[in-house]
Amino acid sequence: MNLVEKILAAHSGRKKVSPGDFANVKLDLVLANDITAPIAIREFQKLGVDKVFDPDKVVMVADHFVPNKDINAAEQAKLMREFCYRREIVHFDVGQMGIEHVLLPERGLVLPGDVVIGADSHTCTYGAVGAFSTGMGSTDIAAAMATGDIWMKVPPTIKFVYHGQLGTWVSGKDLILYTIGQIGVDGALYAAMEFTGEAVDALSMDGRFTMANMAIEAGGKAGVFHVDQKTLDYVKPRAKRHYTVYEPDKDAEYARVIEYNVTKIEPQVSFPHSPANARPISQVGNVTIDQSVIGSCTNGRIEDLRIAAQILKGKQVHARTRCIVIPGSQEVYLDALKEGLIDTFIHAGAAVSTPTCGPCLGGYMGVLAAGERCVSTTNRNFVGRMGSPKSEVYLANPAVAAASAIAGRIVSPEAV
Amino acid sequence: MLKGTVHKYGANVDTDVIIPARYLSLSDPAELAKHCMEDINPDFVKRVKPGDIIVATTNFGCGSSREHAPLAIKACGVSCVIAKSFARIFFRNAINIGLPLLESDEAPDNINAGDTVEVDLAAGTIRNASTGKVFTAKPYPDFMAGIIAAGGLIEYTKKRLAEAKR
Repeated sequence: MNLVEKILAAHSGRKKVSPGDFANVKLDLVLANDITAPIAIREFQKLGVDKVFDPDKVVMVADHFVPNKDINAAEQAKLMREFCYRREIVHFDVGQMGIEHVLLPERGLVLPGDVVIGADSHTCTYGAVGAFSTGMGSTDIAAAMATGDIWMKVPPTIKFVYHGQLGTWVSGKDLILYTIGQIGVDGALYAAMEFTGEAVDALSMDGRFTMANMAIEAGGKAGVFHVDQKTLDYVKPRAKRHYTVYEPDKDAEYARVIEYNVTKIEPQVSFPHSPANARPISQVGNVTIDQSVIGSCTNGRIEDLRIAAQILKGKQVHARTRCIVIPGSQEVYLDALKEGLIDTFIHAGAAVSTPTCGPCLGGYMGVLAAGERCVSTTNRNFVGRMGSPKSEVYLANPAVAAASAIAGRIVSPEAV
Repeated sequence: MLKGTVHKYGANVDTDVIIPARYLSLSDPAELAKHCMEDINPDFVKRVKPGDIIVATTNFGCGSSREHAPLAIKACGVSCVIAKSFARIFFRNAINIGLPLLESDEAPDNINAGDTVEVDLAAGTIRNASTGKVFTAKPYPDFMAGIIAAGGLIEYTKKRLAEAKR
């Protein structure tokens, strides 16, 4: 069995599972946020039970429209908060919270070998620590909160092998944008993506989180990495419970194996309105921008902010560009403060915000007007994603977003 | 038997255009329905009638896990969605809330906007009444058929919980 099959077999009490099998899978963690929890709570209440299966294995994070952006958002956050208080469910609110997919691994709440479902499509992020994690809707979360398990179809796995060494300013973000550009937004539909090869072995944990995070942008059910020393160094000081490291068998079967040599890959920019419209930075042309966003569950970690600060240090954001930096969690924010990165951002003329998903989905803290263009380290550039349906979002890595903020147009970090 | 007028779309219709995030501070299906398809087809809510059918090509419902998307479509009165393929989270969500989906490689290429289509969910047949052509949808796996037969995931889970108590 491959990595995904081993985890799912272990969680469904079977010796072996194969792609296409239906399995009832035991869950280590069930997640919802301030947008998806209200519907999950409404459906949960229809089940006629009061208690969740295990209050330590249900987590709710107020991150999308919190600190509350308007009265409706405030009502939703309140509903979620009260549901959690009454059942003593793990709950992260303003002051504690971060963007869920930055926060949960950081707090050691998701660990190698876990099965995690979340009412958020980017729940696939935890594949970076060797967990099987996947996004579902609110009703699935409602049922799982009551029973502690969920039905799943065992996905076929596509193995990606990244050969070579990444060039300067090329990151996990570029590998995943490049991959989606190659296979398309449904290139891994219903499948798990297993990321391997010396180029991803060399990536930091933060770079791996970025790649796993965007598996959903290729239609993937999960995006998983093998556990290595870097994973263990990240997980060990954070874990407060037992976990199991699974490894694929030597004769593991894959639906497909796709190999790339990535030594010559440039930073990638995905043009509107699809993450699959990826182009190398040298072929971007003259794209002026009104806004640059550095943050999100994709690229709001400390390494991302370090790279952005390295480029912005001693420089000024273009007079006609707004640069918005959003640390992904309080821990990232504090680390950035201690390292002087926040000082660098503010002196460069960037705005720095408390953690929130905010602008990524056009919520608040950087919504775009008609005709405006934004380069962003986020994960989606669909029509209207960040505001007006007549606005445009270009996806890129933090180095490109920072350099572009200085230039006022999309440029390579080498140009500033 | 479902019968309705077709609203036709292409590939990769994402959940951000089905229900833009600016309305995600709402969760009442009737309120969400007022903004269904707003960013891909602003006239949709004015034109859609109870029973109408959405037909699209590949990867319908891709992107966010927001259940608000199938809820908005269902609350508009749309009776079912026919596509060549669906994004997996959208697929689960729609089945869970009782919005019928039909997967067919041929039907979307042979149905145009404005056609009248009849769907027999039990038989899995799609008939374009405007041309007379008939197509068969891919059958649901038994496991999912059980959830549909129970009336959605909440009813299915209620039964499971009741059985566990016995």
